[in-house]
Amino acid sequence: MTPAISMAYLFSAIMFILALSGLSKHETAKRGNYYGMVGMAVAIIATILSVQEGNYGLIAIAMAVGAVIGIFFAARVEMTQMPQLVAMLHSFVGLAAVIIGFNGYLQGAPSNELMGAVIKHDPVHNVELYLGIFIGAITLTGSIVAFGKLNGMISGKPMMIPGRHMLNLAIIILSVVGLIIFTPAHYSTQSTIILLVMTVLALFLGVHLVAAIGGADMPVVVSMLNSYSGWAAAATGFMLSNDLLITTGALVGSSGAILSYIMCKAMNRSFFSVILGGFGGDSSVADDSEIEGEVKPIEIDETVEMLKDADSVVIVPGYGMAVATAQNAVADLTSKLRKAGKEVRFAIHPVAGRLPGHMNVLLAEANVPYDIVLEMDEINDDFPETDVVIVIGANDIVNPDALDKPNSPIAGMPVLEIWKAKQTIVMKRSMGSGYSGVENPLFYKDNNRMLFGDAKDSVSKLVAGLD
Amino acid sequence: MPFQVVIPRETVAGETRVAATPDSVKKLIKLGYTVAVQSNAGQHANFADEDYTSAGAEVIADTAELLAKAGIVLKVATPTDAEIDLIPSGAILISYIWPAQNEALLKKLAERGINTLGMESIPRLSRAQKMDALSSMSNISGYRAVIEAANHFGRFFTGQITAAGKVPPAKVMIVGAGVAGLAAIGTAKGLGAIVRAFDTRLAAKEQVESMGAEFLELEFEEDGSGEGGYAKVMSDEFIKAEMELFRQQAEEVDIIITTALIPGRPAPKLILEEVVKTLKPGSVIVDLAAEQGGNCECTVPGEVVTKHGVTIVGLTNLATHAPAQASQLYSQNLVHLLTDLTPEKDGEPFINMDDEVLRGATVVKDGEITFPPPPLKSQQDASAKKSAPAPEAPVKPEKKPMSGKAIAGFWAIAFAAMLGLGQVSSPEFVQHFVVFVLSIFIGWQVIWNVSHALHTPLMAVTNAISGIVILGTLLQLGGVGGSGLILALAFIGTLVAMINVVGGFYVTHRMLAMFRKD
Repeated sequence: MTPAISMAYLFSAIMFILALSGLSKHETAKRGNYYGMVGMAVAIIATILSVQEGNYGLIAIAMAVGAVIGIFFAARVEMTQMPQLVAMLHSFVGLAAVIIGFNGYLQGAPSNELMGAVIKHDPVHNVELYLGIFIGAITLTGSIVAFGKLNGMISGKPMMIPGRHMLNLAIIILSVVGLIIFTPAHYSTQSTIILLVMTVLALFLGVHLVAAIGGADMPVVVSMLNSYSGWAAAATGFMLSNDLLITTGALVGSSGAILSYIMCKAMNRSFFSVILGGFGGDSSVADDSEIEGEVKPIEIDETVEMLKDADSVVIVPGYGMAVATAQNAVADLTSKLRKAGKEVRFAIHPVAGRLPGHMNVLLAEANVPYDIVLEMDEINDDFPETDVVIVIGANDIVNPDALDKPNSPIAGMPVLEIWKAKQTIVMKRSMGSGYSGVENPLFYKDNNRMLFGDAKDSVSKLVAGLD
Repeated sequence: MPFQVVIPRETVAGETRVAATPDSVKKLIKLGYTVAVQSNAGQHANFADEDYTSAGAEVIADTAELLAKAGIVLKVATPTDAEIDLIPSGAILISYIWPAQNEALLKKLAERGINTLGMESIPRLSRAQKMDALSSMSNISGYRAVIEAANHFGRFFTGQITAAGKVPPAKVMIVGAGVAGLAAIGTAKGLGAIVRAFDTRLAAKEQVESMGAEFLELEFEEDGSGEGGYAKVMSDEFIKAEMELFRQQAEEVDIIITTALIPGRPAPKLILEEVVKTLKPGSVIVDLAAEQGGNCECTVPGEVVTKHGVTIVGLTNLATHAPAQASQLYSQNLVHLLTDLTPEKDGEPFINMDDEVLRGATVVKDGEITFPPPPLKSQQDASAKKSAPAPEAPVKPEKKPMSGKAIAGFWAIAFAAMLGLGQVSSPEFVQHFVVFVLSIFIGWQVIWNVSHALHTPLMAVTNAISGIVILGTLLQLGGVGGSGLILALAFIGTLVAMINVVGGFYVTHRMLAMFRKD
């Protein structure tokens, strides 16, 4: 690697860091994205200039086809489907990491050495190669399963194989044994078999890990896979002795890790309990105390009257809003209420939706200005002064049991304390319990009313009623 | 045959309210009842007979004829003997009863076999707030108290700067911040006065301040919260301090409105004659506790008097001075009560004695006096819960901050591990490892600054830049010694990594373009 190329890579690394730091504010976010694009272009051009053999035709075709496919998907994806797109893109990184690992191994084959290639085959290199494939394979299949779950092709319920923890453990032990044998070895049939077996095991582990995690834990899973894809890139970088790959991989890896941490904290669950999966199935922790009060339904006209009388309104969107694609109707409602001189704000729980920040993107798509979309910490203190809170397709994130009942499965989870508002209206399809299977005493509170029906439908009717 | 609800004209002198408005008649009919109203029942409250007719009620002139049809009688004032004699046995009567003070009345109702619900006897549960006529009427009294005061006060409430000179705002002191007191605060604030309020219950402070008034505090530690949110009797020292406060305030304020009541006792005498003397001439005192003897020593219940140059309004039942408003709220309270009485909405009332709200309100049932009701179950539960030790929460191991020793130990181990790794690895690896670890630290710092709202774009952009693995596949695709298999794999790798790069950046761009500020 010539010093010039190294400098180009350093420049790219700086661009990537600036790209991420640009996202700290809405104002600088777009500029950050451009930094990222420049960094990537510089890195790719520098690399192409540095290759020894050429094959420029193949390179051009692969890149052109990939770019067209990428644009095609990115241009067409609905904002409600962002989680799926992100999961799919993770799987590509995983696939690429597996391919690079195998190619690195194949380049050490005797046939290649005969051709005069200088291939180093030291133990450290072997470890890097092995780990790169292992992480890449888990990322690959894990992301595909996550994609399937998010897209509804696979049931969102956690898949529980008896003895699944032992199974995972066995796979990991086998992989470690394989690593110990593989590390000092050279290219041989035995090494090839070990590598292939490990790859299959890792692919299976990826499937199994994510299949055991329930639908609403998906924000954690997706950010975790985001992290894995970064570590896979970093491992690839070690294998190829490429500092830019290492740096970028480390940036992405820590980004995903932080997102996972934020999500876990927002659900008051440890990272491991999420990863080990199975949440929602074993919440038979007896609901010993009966909830007092009764559920009071409300009709559209009365809701309209209530909104007309209110001065301040807070809307709490959840995954149900995305499912019903109600964001445009919600935006209409917002602008109508704002035109009538009412203060309308949104309260976003960190785990609302299936992707960190998902609700913000949906609302932005529907043209809701971002300065009225607030985080939980920003708005939680304002509920006592709020006249009406409308909950659209959310349940667990507004459950008072999280604070009041120490033996509730969601105890300790920070929630939006909307019951302190003067009036709350929960839009819901029916009286089912939330993802965690926990009853929500909010529904029984004196100041709560239930507006049953499809969220999009109901919101549209409210908009019509306000005319 | 649905039950007939009848609303007679009130006969007590000065009772201007009516138990049903045309609006509430409609709601009663929705509950399945047929409704008959006596002619001119709503005359003081400005509801004409035609309004009732068009709402769906029958209008009957003769009291005897009307009451003879009654399945349910809705009234405001406590019924007179003449009225009770006309109500058929087995009918339901709902009105103010005041059972504790009216034993003879209860006996008569029981003898006549009239099932009676007292509006004042509805228990103070949050579920029953919508039927709580006492609160509704207190609200009106509070409002009227300020209006009465303004009427007798010879000056503006609000301060003004006029061409002729400055007018100072009126200063109002409100004693007792219950429903009436809070309504009075709101009204007086609305008129532009400077409002101060006092209450023995410390919980009232927040409510007073939320209405925009100043809360007067004593340098004294005692909370006057009694049962059911009402006040209790205070200690002598407290009352002494309180009196001193009122005397001081009297030097400044122009208007005093008193609403202090303790359930089941005569009203406490809070404003002594000496305080009345201290007030400036032309000041006004409105005593909402006049009916229970008054909070002011100079109050004459039912009358407006002037003493020491101060007008003292001792009118009782101020709610009747706003008949339309009072009738509207009272009739709404009745509709809510009847809604609970007819769960099936089929016009068939059912007094469910297991429902603690209905049980509390019912003072006569099936010829038996059912007053006083047994103590409320939910309140018993609440007090039992309070006395019982708190349910034991599963004790979560508190995360202790790491001790200095542990931190030192951790880093010593980390350092040793790094040295160990240095022993077995190549200089080249170490160099890459340095880059790796430092990059993680940079990533950590940078990502924590990312706004929560931008987490989805963050994931998309990290998707794009993790497409950097394309460098690996590019090197392999264009590298030396590529067999067919290597080239094929590298081709696929380049292709998918490129999808990531382009797709990731493009979708991020799309998303960011959507975010707009207002």
